[in-house]
Amino acid sequence: MAEMKQAPAGASAGEKLLTWVDNRFPATKLWNEHVGEYYAPKNFNFWYFFGSLALLVLVIQIVTGIFLVMNYKPDAALAFASVEYIMRDVPWGWLIRYMHSTGASAFFVVVYLHMYRGLIYGSYRTPRELVWIFGCLIFLCLMAEAFMGYLLPWGQMSFWGAQVIINLFAAVPFVGPDLAILIRGDYVVGDATLNRFFSLHVIAVPLVLLGLVVAHIIALHEVGSNNPDGVEIKGPNAPKDANGHPLDGVPFHPYYSVHDLLGVGGFLFIFTAVIFFMPEFGGYFLEYNNFIPADPFKTPPHIAPVWYFTPFYSMLRATTDDMVNVLAVIIGLGAVLNLVKGKGDGKTKVAGLVAAAVVIGLLKTFEAKFWGVAVMGGAVVILAGLPWFDKSPVKSIRYRPGWHKIVYGVFVVNFVILGYLGVQPPSEIGNLVSQVGTLLYFGFFVLMPFWSQIGTFKQVPDRVTFTPH
Amino acid sequence: MKKLLASLLAAFALVSGAQASGGDLVLDKFPKERVSDLAALQNGAKIFVNYCLNCHAAAFMRFNRLKDIGLTEQQIKDNLLFPTDKVGEVMKVSLDPKDAKAWFGATPPDLTLVARSRASASGSGADYLYTYLRSFYRDETRPTGWNNLVFPNVGMPHVLWELQGQRDAKFVEETDPHDPAKKVHKFDGFEQVTPGKMSPQEFDSSIADLVAYLQWMGEPMQTQRTRIGAGVLIFLAIFTFIAWRLNATFWKDVK
Repeated sequence: MAEMKQAPAGASAGEKLLTWVDNRFPATKLWNEHVGEYYAPKNFNFWYFFGSLALLVLVIQIVTGIFLVMNYKPDAALAFASVEYIMRDVPWGWLIRYMHSTGASAFFVVVYLHMYRGLIYGSYRTPRELVWIFGCLIFLCLMAEAFMGYLLPWGQMSFWGAQVIINLFAAVPFVGPDLAILIRGDYVVGDATLNRFFSLHVIAVPLVLLGLVVAHIIALHEVGSNNPDGVEIKGPNAPKDANGHPLDGVPFHPYYSVHDLLGVGGFLFIFTAVIFFMPEFGGYFLEYNNFIPADPFKTPPHIAPVWYFTPFYSMLRATTDDMVNVLAVIIGLGAVLNLVKGKGDGKTKVAGLVAAAVVIGLLKTFEAKFWGVAVMGGAVVILAGLPWFDKSPVKSIRYRPGWHKIVYGVFVVNFVILGYLGVQPPSEIGNLVSQVGTLLYFGFFVLMPFWSQIGTFKQVPDRVTFTPH
Repeated sequence: MKKLLASLLAAFALVSGAQASGGDLVLDKFPKERVSDLAALQNGAKIFVNYCLNCHAAAFMRFNRLKDIGLTEQQIKDNLLFPTDKVGEVMKVSLDPKDAKAWFGATPPDLTLVARSRASASGSGADYLYTYLRSFYRDETRPTGWNNLVFPNVGMPHVLWELQGQRDAKFVEETDPHDPAKKVHKFDGFEQVTPGKMSPQEFDSSIADLVAYLQWMGEPMQTQRTRIGAGVLIFLAIFTFIAWRLNATFWKDVK
């Protein structure tokens, strides 16, 4: 048993209580490790608002979600009407619902910006690989959460969007049709689907999500935050004060708690402007068709997923038979190039060739629809590989060759174009552009081990660059 | 960094125009100010209950919600309800959906949210309804004897015809601008055949009132929502200002 500490003589009742608790639960220890004495680099910029904002949106979603569930009916015959009941008859129900529907989009906005921050400052590099991987899993959970939540209002887009996406799983070889039935709980999207999606959306996924968020933060606080310079402030050679605290860091509280409050103010200003003045956001946050109750006999002319899925949806649509052929040729060329120019020994080169032949064989065996699903899934999963793809000698984009910035710029613009094309009805030219876009997207990651090393890198300073306010 | 941010913003602006294109249908602009005009809303409610609410339901709308547009419960009971209806009930119809399907070819849709669901790249839902309701014309080839420019071969007859009178639509044959070999059937204006109870101006104004009502019914909170929103934004502006100064004060000593 640990030694029982005594509150100093003349301590207040509050201090005595805290001592009592601390002897039984590490309250003060946890507070200090994660807030009061967690030292974060002092040179955070604009991009560092989005982590705390993601947490804020998570809390908004959970709290508004709790109140929505009090009045929502997960029943195909009642769901649509119960949402309108919330919008009309529940006091302040409209506000809660708009907060939740706008919150879903806001979540993706802040998470995309948060991920972009990690990308440009190399926040996934050693020793932060697990922070990044937990983050990728959070992103995956978020997509599942958003997809299943979107079915619940039981409008036309809810129904047909779910129908389209679940049918994609039917393209998985061998188990596909059974898998689709397992997901739906029926042969068509129906009451059983709505019930299980409700259960998963309200209980299962949020539990996993919360666990992952805790893991994300614990891992982060274990290794310390990165910063725009990519300089370690807690390394063995980093300058420290007499107490051993990093000179380039400040305690999270009060410095960053107050700083994040500023971010919260700015974010809430935009967030509430959307909620109160344009909750549908021109059909992007609440699709117009979703104000019509689900009708299994009436397929809408154009089924588009909500904006945050559209870059990935574009890549799915881009994977046609022709695209599969292109991928096969690229993989074949890659293997041959490895054979001729690669660094490995004979064995690995031959193994590479065999692997490529197998993949090409599979590509031509299964239908393009399945590979579309694989490409869409792969586009998300590939993010987790970043810590190992990036071989540049510096972390931050600040000290990379100028043309690297152009590469990142092209990547972002490409991602946005893919998103734009994903909301549009399919067209020949659009399809061609999204095929090129898909190759660019994957090329960025797959070729990163090569291009990230090339160029003249700038000297990384010993200390972070910081101008006092 | 700033450049990256600027490029991101520019890219986002590109996307927000995503649904601005497309749709060759040109919709008339609905006079928006009517949605906050109580007299217009009340007139619209009257037209809605008298003409629409026989075939179309508004199953999410309660009669007593009409108090929000300035009617008293007694006024609602006396003017808008059948004696057997209760003021707290939703606007239902007794038309059997099966009969409706047999008579019109489709069950008349619920109208509670029609102003929201009819929005598109071409215009707001109110613009659509405002144009649609003013685009009926006589067409003897249709079972009902009526057709519509905005919704060709619509199942609904021109319910408000006694107000507007009967009109024919003139069409001209024109060469297709995209393909000179083809001819297109182009609309060339309406022709009044018999006069209605209202002048064209009065009719347009009545339709504007009706659409204002439909728009309001789609989201009865919409005017309060923006009013509350203005207050919230003022509060948040002050909050952000204080947070900004507080932040500056705390960070003053960080060297």
